[in-house]
Amino acid sequence: MSAGPRTLPEFMAQALAMELEAVDRYTEFADAMEMHNNREVASLFRTMAQYEGKHASQIMEQMGWTDAPKPPAGGFGWPDPEAPETVPIDEVHYLMQPWHALQLALAAELRAEAFFGELAQATTSESVRRAALELQAEEHEHVELVRAWLEKVPMPDGDWATDPDPPRYLD
Amino acid sequence: MNDVATPTAVLVAANYKSGYKPIWCPGCGDFTVLSAITKALAALQLPPHEVAVVSGIGCSSRIPAYTTCYGFHGVHGRALAAATGLKVARPELTVLVTGGDGDGYSIGGNHFMHACRRNVDLTYIVMDNHVYGMTKGQASPTTEPDWDNKLSPGGTGIRSFHPLVIALASGASFVARAFSGDPNGMADIIAQGVRHPGFSFIEVLSPCVTFRPEQREWKNHVHAAPVGPTDDAARAARRIMTDDGFNIGVLYAGDRAPYPANPGTATRVPADFEAEFEL
Repeated sequence: MSAGPRTLPEFMAQALAMELEAVDRYTEFADAMEMHNNREVASLFRTMAQYEGKHASQIMEQMGWTDAPKPPAGGFGWPDPEAPETVPIDEVHYLMQPWHALQLALAAELRAEAFFGELAQATTSESVRRAALELQAEEHEHVELVRAWLEKVPMPDGDWATDPDPPRYLD
Repeated sequence: MNDVATPTAVLVAANYKSGYKPIWCPGCGDFTVLSAITKALAALQLPPHEVAVVSGIGCSSRIPAYTTCYGFHGVHGRALAAATGLKVARPELTVLVTGGDGDGYSIGGNHFMHACRRNVDLTYIVMDNHVYGMTKGQASPTTEPDWDNKLSPGGTGIRSFHPLVIALASGASFVARAFSGDPNGMADIIAQGVRHPGFSFIEVLSPCVTFRPEQREWKNHVHAAPVGPTDDAARAARRIMTDDGFNIGVLYAGDRAPYPANPGTATRVPADFEAEFEL
């Protein structure tokens, strides 16, 4: 990982962008699931979007921002094409169950935790390092929350994706 | 124009999204194309009322309704024809054209070539998933010849259409390839396409997770084009013909002068045309 953002505002802008991208993606998923009448999963994604939105609001408040800062030219330099906390668009299925959704959320939180940890190690700015460690700890809390949540939902049966009226016939 | 966004000092992507929710399958690549378009428009700070999104028919052609820009959801394969007329008559508008591989390369194939040839200042974004998704999974012009499915057992055996080379050979002055799994990169490419004067063609690899679930693997194959764009069409053609189909980025940016807009002066009012259609 490169040294990343050099100042605290640059770092917080990056953290904010990560949260806002996660809000957008979870909202897209929630809308799509509602459209396909998978209401339980839609509700879960909506909740995830709300959580990420709260984190974004906290960052805005903490920095005294009223608008999100403009992204730097060339983007934020995420390790992957999208921000670490963003679930890739193709990882959902219209018949998925809450367990699947929480697995995706868990993976996203773990990526975010690792991202902040690596950034804290790589940065040469003490203020960025402190903030990165703080956010890493917050992401770790989220990881534990999602894990606890996962224990409360049933693991899907092996045939969870079986649709009696599938869009695509193979035989 | 859909729900007009309240003007704000700085436009953000959300200002370009309408209240209509996409009906695409969860996991569809078209979601991120919509997102990339809104991010590109925000990056360009183009007010929604100065942008028109024109489409034909198909899953991806639903995009105009999902934006707050002016929209025209037209006839199958005729999006480029409608957009050409619009841009020539209203040159002050930024005109985006969106659609899929069936709409653009088959039903609208001839319009595609001639739009490239005319070089009107349009940005054409094709979400290519190598299948007709809306009609439940028939082979499209870009489908691989050996794609075996119930509707084309053993595959069609027909060579795939090569849209980027066709675009280049037909005269498009900007040719790029993007990937739906990289919406931020795609937004940058779309913004470059909009800025480019003349016909900009952006082919987006946008997996159909329902009828081509194997396309989820595309994310493991795409990679940034190893070299930057060239303005030499022959060199671009060689690169595109010999690449693996997964090079992402602007591949060609020429400087051919765009078709000049000439809105002229209207001598008839809309009621005159309506009268001609009266029964």
